[in-house]
Amino acid sequence: MSSARRRAAAHWLSAPALAVYALFLVVPIASMALISFQNFEFYGGIQPGITLKNYREIFTDSYYWEVFGRTFWIALVVTALCAVLGTFEAIVLHRMANPWKSIFLLVVLGPLLISVVVRTLGWALLFGSTGLANKALLALGLIAEPIAFMYSVTGVVVALTHVLVPFVVISVWASLQRIDPAVERAAVSLGAGQPTVVRRVIVPLAMPGILSGSVMVFALAASAFATPAIIGGRRLKVIATAAYDEFLNTLNWPLGASLAVLLLAANVLVLYASNRLIERRYKAVFRESAA
Amino acid sequence: MSFLELTALTKRYGEHAAVDDITLRVDKGEFVSLLGPSGCGKTTTLQMIAGFVEPTAGRITLEGRDLLAVPAAKRGLGIVFQNYALFPHMTVAENIAFGLEMRNVGRAERRQRVAETLALVGLSGFAERHPVQLSGGQQQRVALARALVIQPGLLLLDEPLSNLDAKLREEMQVELRRIQRAVGITTLMVTHDQAEALALSDRVVVMNEGRIEQEGSPLAAYEHPRTGFVCDFLGKANLFMVDRVDASGLTVGSLSLPLPVGESAAVRAGDRILVRPEKIAFGEPGAGALAARVTNRVFQGNHWLVQLHTALGDALVIRQNDGSACPVEGDEVHLVWRAEAMRAVAAERPAG
Repeated sequence: MSSARRRAAAHWLSAPALAVYALFLVVPIASMALISFQNFEFYGGIQPGITLKNYREIFTDSYYWEVFGRTFWIALVVTALCAVLGTFEAIVLHRMANPWKSIFLLVVLGPLLISVVVRTLGWALLFGSTGLANKALLALGLIAEPIAFMYSVTGVVVALTHVLVPFVVISVWASLQRIDPAVERAAVSLGAGQPTVVRRVIVPLAMPGILSGSVMVFALAASAFATPAIIGGRRLKVIATAAYDEFLNTLNWPLGASLAVLLLAANVLVLYASNRLIERRYKAVFRESAA
Repeated sequence: MSFLELTALTKRYGEHAAVDDITLRVDKGEFVSLLGPSGCGKTTTLQMIAGFVEPTAGRITLEGRDLLAVPAAKRGLGIVFQNYALFPHMTVAENIAFGLEMRNVGRAERRQRVAETLALVGLSGFAERHPVQLSGGQQQRVALARALVIQPGLLLLDEPLSNLDAKLREEMQVELRRIQRAVGITTLMVTHDQAEALALSDRVVVMNEGRIEQEGSPLAAYEHPRTGFVCDFLGKANLFMVDRVDASGLTVGSLSLPLPVGESAAVRAGDRILVRPEKIAFGEPGAGALAARVTNRVFQGNHWLVQLHTALGDALVIRQNDGSACPVEGDEVHLVWRAEAMRAVAAERPAG
């Protein structure tokens, strides 16, 4: 078979998958983008024509600035916490011997196996002013007053960190697997203690994993819906819950769509920028492990 | 007291003894090779000295102090790993400076010592490269520089040249020997490559199944192997079973041979005699000449490898390419050798 025909065959063979992809991903997103440029009248519904009114409203209303600020602040804190905890967890896990290694890996991945609503309602039970979390902290003498976990950024951050840590653990784990154990031994033979080995050798070599895990966590935290909705409640809005409100309560689809489009754009921007950064910074150094 | 002493060193994994009661003395400045096939315990021995494997029993002392009481990070040994184990995220200079940083050497002195060591291994000008930008041989030199810059009392080399191609390996052998002599550092090398061990070492220690089979200078070990294993592992060997021994000489099959000369003269029936392939010549028929037929001939440039079939089994002869003709496949020839070329190898006798 000639190479041209072979290429044509490849296109035809991937056509069904592309069709599904286009139908269920590209079309909804495109129509969402389209709606975001349309006008909404309270008594007339969606009007034909193209306008930037929705975007203007979002950019001029301090309420939306606050929502955006809160969303990305939560995403940033969750990402930082997940990066630190996840890296630490992955290194500890990596050094464990079987069977503990497998058992604890399952424990770490546990949150991903539970339905998001069930897990978040579980946190809601723990988070009340007389909930287990506050009772335990009070009993340990770590706090004098109950912490307001429910309907607060703190609670949302704790619950999101809990469920998103596994993404960092998995991606750091993959990086750790690629590190030659002899490199660690070389550092020890040159006089490095364990903390130095971790700081100077393990963490820098696992950095691509830490960064790619963090990028995933950031995107997921910024677009999280169920956790902010249940723990944050009705007043503590993030972009996802604000968009939901516009769609289902106010029925202002165009405004909701603009919020969703802006969230998507911000996420894509962060993903793209960090990928570029990771590639440029580490490609030269890790060429052999990338190959 | 020797510089490095291993005394009754043993490592057991369950029932299996990876290293079985090894005692070895290494003098200051000496280059000693642990030579053996994979699984003979040579690498485990090295790792016990380095501190990465805990011995089951025995002692290791370096300059009289007990090494086993010192954690690996504080032993201060220079180690070159088989795959170099360079830090991929650091430049060449940072790699080499790492051990100095761990010793809190000041920045200015660090820079000077890194530069000196790079010059020693012939890599000045490569300081700012990353390991992936270097060839295998260059990475090897960086690994050596990184181990030497901390001025260790003992240098441990784990199969240092096995990842290099044949030509580069020969170059690095010469280079390694030059650097080791220049620094005068006591060196223990682990290798499975007999040519490497013979070329580099002051002394080779042949290991098999966790035990030392024989140790001695490369020439002595090659010329006077004491066991069948050493005969085979160090160089190529023709071994013939001795049928009878009397005052006039040996009877080997239909051959009447003189008694071997030298230390191993106490040969008994059931022992074997060793004749190295390069010490056999093609000669005239006679009582001491072994009739043979050439089965295969391999040209190697400066010599031929000639495989032959004889009444005593298969034999191998190395014939130098000195300009004269070499027998071809199917030729009937007679193999002769001098009495001095024969070594008696004792049969494996049950202990006690």
